[in-house]
Amino acid sequence: MTGKKLKCTGWGVDPMKIKVSYFAAFREAAGTGSEILETAASTPAELFSECAALHPALQNYSSSLVAINDEMSAWEATLGEHDEVLFFPPVAGG
Amino acid sequence: MNGFGITSTAIDLQVFRQQLLDISCGACVQFEGWVRDHNEGQRVLRLEYEVYEPLAVKEGNRIIREAIGKYGVINACAIHRSGLMELSEVAVVVGVASPHRGEAFDACRYIIDQAKVRLPIWKKEYYEGGRAEWVNCQRCAHSA
Repeated sequence: MTGKKLKCTGWGVDPMKIKVSYFAAFREAAGTGSEILETAASTPAELFSECAALHPALQNYSSSLVAINDEMSAWEATLGEHDEVLFFPPVAGG
Repeated sequence: MNGFGITSTAIDLQVFRQQLLDISCGACVQFEGWVRDHNEGQRVLRLEYEVYEPLAVKEGNRIIREAIGKYGVINACAIHRSGLMELSEVAVVVGVASPHRGEAFDACRYIIDQAKVRLPIWKKEYYEGGRAEWVNCQRCAHSA
């Protein structure tokens, strides 16, 4: 895992460290299963946009599920320091 | 017995059925999802399921509890496979037992439909010619 710095998205917002995990097609698109990012994103939606800027192949995907700390989450939930965010590509069980 | 599980080995359907038995039940509905040899005009040779198990089990059990609460069935269980699978293998099984058949059919349908859209499980199809692709199965929730 690497500690990559992403651009701040707002004034006066301190960047925080967040672990991001990618699965299936997302892992292949990002070229890694997980990484630690320094980000000012306040929601999973903002964070995913930043990840897609970092890994352009992720831009091919528009919708998926997201979880924070192993609980399914809303895209507009509030992120906290040291949260682990799990980005799931469209699921295909069954 | 109720619950949701993930396994990387073949599902034993006899053992699975035993878990559903209850003397108060007069109906048992069981759905099996099989690995088929085609999808959207392409010849499929085998499949691979990737599962994020901690959350799949948690969310799967939540779906089972919802089905029991919603339809009042006595027992409900489901098991999903992970890893590489060959044609005709059972990829998923859902079983429901209840006093009468109506609620058993409804609960079984609810569980498999919700599992397809809510569980962190992904399917990679391996095609003739050596190509392989992750399947975007949001649309699959509406077909088999």
